[in-house]
Amino acid sequence: MTTESGKKSRLIEEMKAQSGQDPNSCYQCGKCSAACPVTAALDLMPHQVIRYLQLGLEDELAESKTPWICASCFTCAARCPRDIDLARMMEGIRLSVLRCREGNKFGPADLTPEQLEKLPQQALVSGFRKYNK
Amino acid sequence: MPRTGVFICHCGTNIAGTVDIDKAVEASRNFPGVVHADEYRYLCSEMGQDIIKKAIEEQDLDRVVVGTCSPRMHEATFRKAAAEAGLNPYLLEVANIREHCSWVHKDMGEATPKAISLLRAAAAKAALNTALEAPRLDVEKRALVIGGGIAGIQAALDIAEAGYEVDIVEREPSIGGRMAQLEKTFPTLDCSACILTPKMVEAAQHPNVNLLTYSEVEEVKGFVGQFDVKIKKKARYVDSVKCTGCGICWEKCPSKAPSEFEMGLAKRKSIYVPFAQAVPNVPVIDRDSCLYFRKGRCQICEKECPPQAIDYEQQDEIIERRYGAIIMATGFDQLDPTIYGEYGYGQHPDILTGLEFERLFNASGPTGGKIVRLSDGKPPKKVVFIQCVGSRDKARGMNYCSKICCMYTAKQAVLLKEKVPDAKSYVFYIDVRTAGKGYEEFQRRAAEEYDVAYLRGQVGKIFPEEDHLVVRGVDSLSGRLIEINADMVVLAAASIARCDAPEVGRLVGINSDSYNFFNEAHPKLKPVETHTAGVFIAGACQSPKDIPDTVSQASAAAVKAIGLLSKDKLQGEACTAEVNQAECSGCLYCEAVCPYSAISPVEIEERYHGGTLKRTVAEVNPALCKGCGSCTVACRSGTINLKGFSNEQILAEVDAICLQR
Amino acid sequence: MRYRYFPGCTLKGQAKNMEDTTMAAAEALGIELVELPEWQCCGAVYPLYEDELISLLSPVRTLAAAEGEPLVSLCAACHHVLKRAQELMSRNEDARTKVTDFLEVEYSGEGRVLHFLEVLRDDLGFDKLAEMVKKPLEGRKAAAYYGCLLLRPSKVMQFDDPENPSIMEDLLKALGADVVKSPYRTECCGAYLSVTEEGVAADTVDRILDSARSAGAEVLITACPLCRYNLENCARDDGKKPLKVYYFSELLAEAMGLTVETAGDDSSKEEVSQR
Repeated sequence: MTTESGKKSRLIEEMKAQSGQDPNSCYQCGKCSAACPVTAALDLMPHQVIRYLQLGLEDELAESKTPWICASCFTCAARCPRDIDLARMMEGIRLSVLRCREGNKFGPADLTPEQLEKLPQQALVSGFRKYNK
Repeated sequence: MPRTGVFICHCGTNIAGTVDIDKAVEASRNFPGVVHADEYRYLCSEMGQDIIKKAIEEQDLDRVVVGTCSPRMHEATFRKAAAEAGLNPYLLEVANIREHCSWVHKDMGEATPKAISLLRAAAAKAALNTALEAPRLDVEKRALVIGGGIAGIQAALDIAEAGYEVDIVEREPSIGGRMAQLEKTFPTLDCSACILTPKMVEAAQHPNVNLLTYSEVEEVKGFVGQFDVKIKKKARYVDSVKCTGCGICWEKCPSKAPSEFEMGLAKRKSIYVPFAQAVPNVPVIDRDSCLYFRKGRCQICEKECPPQAIDYEQQDEIIERRYGAIIMATGFDQLDPTIYGEYGYGQHPDILTGLEFERLFNASGPTGGKIVRLSDGKPPKKVVFIQCVGSRDKARGMNYCSKICCMYTAKQAVLLKEKVPDAKSYVFYIDVRTAGKGYEEFQRRAAEEYDVAYLRGQVGKIFPEEDHLVVRGVDSLSGRLIEINADMVVLAAASIARCDAPEVGRLVGINSDSYNFFNEAHPKLKPVETHTAGVFIAGACQSPKDIPDTVSQASAAAVKAIGLLSKDKLQGEACTAEVNQAECSGCLYCEAVCPYSAISPVEIEERYHGGTLKRTVAEVNPALCKGCGSCTVACRSGTINLKGFSNEQILAEVDAICLQR
Repeated sequence: MRYRYFPGCTLKGQAKNMEDTTMAAAEALGIELVELPEWQCCGAVYPLYEDELISLLSPVRTLAAAEGEPLVSLCAACHHVLKRAQELMSRNEDARTKVTDFLEVEYSGEGRVLHFLEVLRDDLGFDKLAEMVKKPLEGRKAAAYYGCLLLRPSKVMQFDDPENPSIMEDLLKALGADVVKSPYRTECCGAYLSVTEEGVAADTVDRILDSARSAGAEVLITACPLCRYNLENCARDDGKKPLKVYYFSELLAEAMGLTVETAGDDSSKEEVSQR
């Protein structure tokens, strides 16, 4: 995968290797976007994320809110006719950003005391795992 | 010692540009057994062939080696020339010094000795060649067509018109197949029944066509020209000769079952013809739902039948017949979209497959031709069509494109608009594929003139809410979520192979691809032939197809069958395998590896210590053997030889190359 | 019927009532759940990146501790992580070698990893369970909410049909409830978006609750503490008919005629719409 300028995108190469998913398998049918329960809240629809990967638009992906809103519910992967696990790709983008760019996104300090008391322990642990290095 | 002649072709500069022809001719003169060597610019020309013929006669040659192009190119040409000069054609050997030598090398210094080696090997093999005769086989001048849809009907009519007898075996009570279920046909919108029914009648009335409906092929033995076939004619419980097709029996019959022809959307009687134009117009009794067969009472059909054609005692009948050729035209099924849980198929009566929706248009269909919702009988105002349900889906469905859905969806949307003028259609698609004469124009008309909204995207969820179906999808081009309160949803479910296609294929000895569609012998150049000689395929049993393609392929298959039937004798393969039964241990590994089922065990008697001993050995049927050589490799004792390619001949070639100098 | 039991953090905290009711019901049903000694975190999320092996240490340690006996959990998230970690261990030799060498344990993917619902369906049998019900939930209009983690990816989880599951409905039927089905029962509740993107979680939760309501449900059962938290806390207050959310085990214990003293989530059944 190369960007329009022909330079290889490190993020995308890393993402392909680590997630085991190839954006070129996608034929842009939009099934993932139709399946996603949070599509309405996304700045890039799921199929557009793959399109950006195909085009090598690394910086735009790193700026997008979509990977951070993805809750890894795996519906896209369950229905993809090309057998692509988009949830893994989203994780790949998140991790690449966390590792290469900005580090932790979210921590205990971001929570109100009320939330800390009421939230199930599971939500805290998994939330921190998802948003932190 | 043989008297071998060697002839080397320049092939213009194709060979001569890289191989020193003079040197090769000189070297050839010194090969063992060679008494004559010559060269010519184009050996395959008339002049070139004459040179060979003349030398055979004048030099009294009994072996010939030609150093030319690949034997796939001109072996037959040269063998024919040799035969014309009175030499058994199998005594001629080709050394491929073009594809195997001059074309793949640049340096004459290296190519020339290689060409000489190849010629030496061919001469060594030729010395061991023996005269072979291709067997001549009888041809039964009758064809069998399995499947009575449009493919089978067309193929049978073409064969019958050419003057040969043909039997159609159809498993359903009537011929007609899938096409009979269609209302109108794209892109011209002619009524399917109007164009199909005459062909069905023609098939029934043609003196050369014999219809075996409600019948299935049980067993196929034999080989090209002489297939021995057992056909089970299932008991109809109606005497076809007496029955006049008056219809009183099915009118009076009190019990019902879901109609297969109506895709289960309507009921039929227990004694029934599948549809009004059925051919033959003779009903069958479905034992599973018939009151008499289930409970031993009723017999109304028997009492009411004016010609007394009902016969509860009728038995299945086995017909045994010989055929020269077989055409497979077994058609296709529609994928059950239940696995696509997000579409809710099977959970709501207004979510239909394409074929089910098609039946609603038909005047004799479940709604009498009215386009209404099966839930409440109201005409649908918003209909959502979803494409690629199970097609182009390697995860849950079929990886291939079903080819017909884009067009039949456009057709159904147009027909809908004609029947329900204030209806609006939405088509969720991935790509619109309309390759075909008049197809693109038709689809565009649907989009531009018939109020059909094409939405590039897919659907994530369908569920009932109040009196409609909520369809949630996405239009990927605009990046918008789309929600439609639809009255009806039509799923373009994938066209798939018949579920029992592999077993049926095995009966006639042809194989299927990973989707269970029958394999053609070559995807481009032998599209209707199979790897089994004398068996041809037509229609959607090979891959999803529309009617024009199906009919073309059916006629093509018919031509192939006619070509075969027109021969008085078939020329078999001369280079077949041969078992030395005295050495054969009877392990039958060869039988297991033979792709043509040409090897079978046979019991022989041998003298042994004064008495006789019976033992099992392998035997090759030369009519079935294609000379592939698999058995010769599998044979542990090396006791099977391929005529023309014996172990000795191959080793002689190897020796000739390796032991020189 | 004896099983090793992995509780996980939430079952000892916010979801204590799921554990208590399950334990009581299990005992009555003759199912022995033996808690793993000194258990640790399940890993919380299954790593979706090949090189995130560190996240596998916890679940693999847990799997190995079961010593080949069937391992049961209650929290959908714990079960998801354990089941997927087991599948990876049985399939990927490289990952297995690295993780087990690091942990100095021997484990190669053996043993059954079950959710308690699977024990009820596959080992006990819903027919048998129905016979043991003492106080059938007659007339209770109940719907199941599955969420994501038990169902997907279905090839690994092998829990039920991912698009049209029936295990929880079958349980409710066995308990004598009046079962209703809602089309959003397999759709994500928003998971940890309730922490970071409240509005998004409110949308997903509202859809789930609305669809259950219009299907006629009065109560909703779940097997996931986070789903329950979201369903109870993220809905927008729009004055709609309240819908009570239970752990499946609470209704199970009730139908078994058991009274369970418990802490954890507010078991007084705070109405969802009153946030």
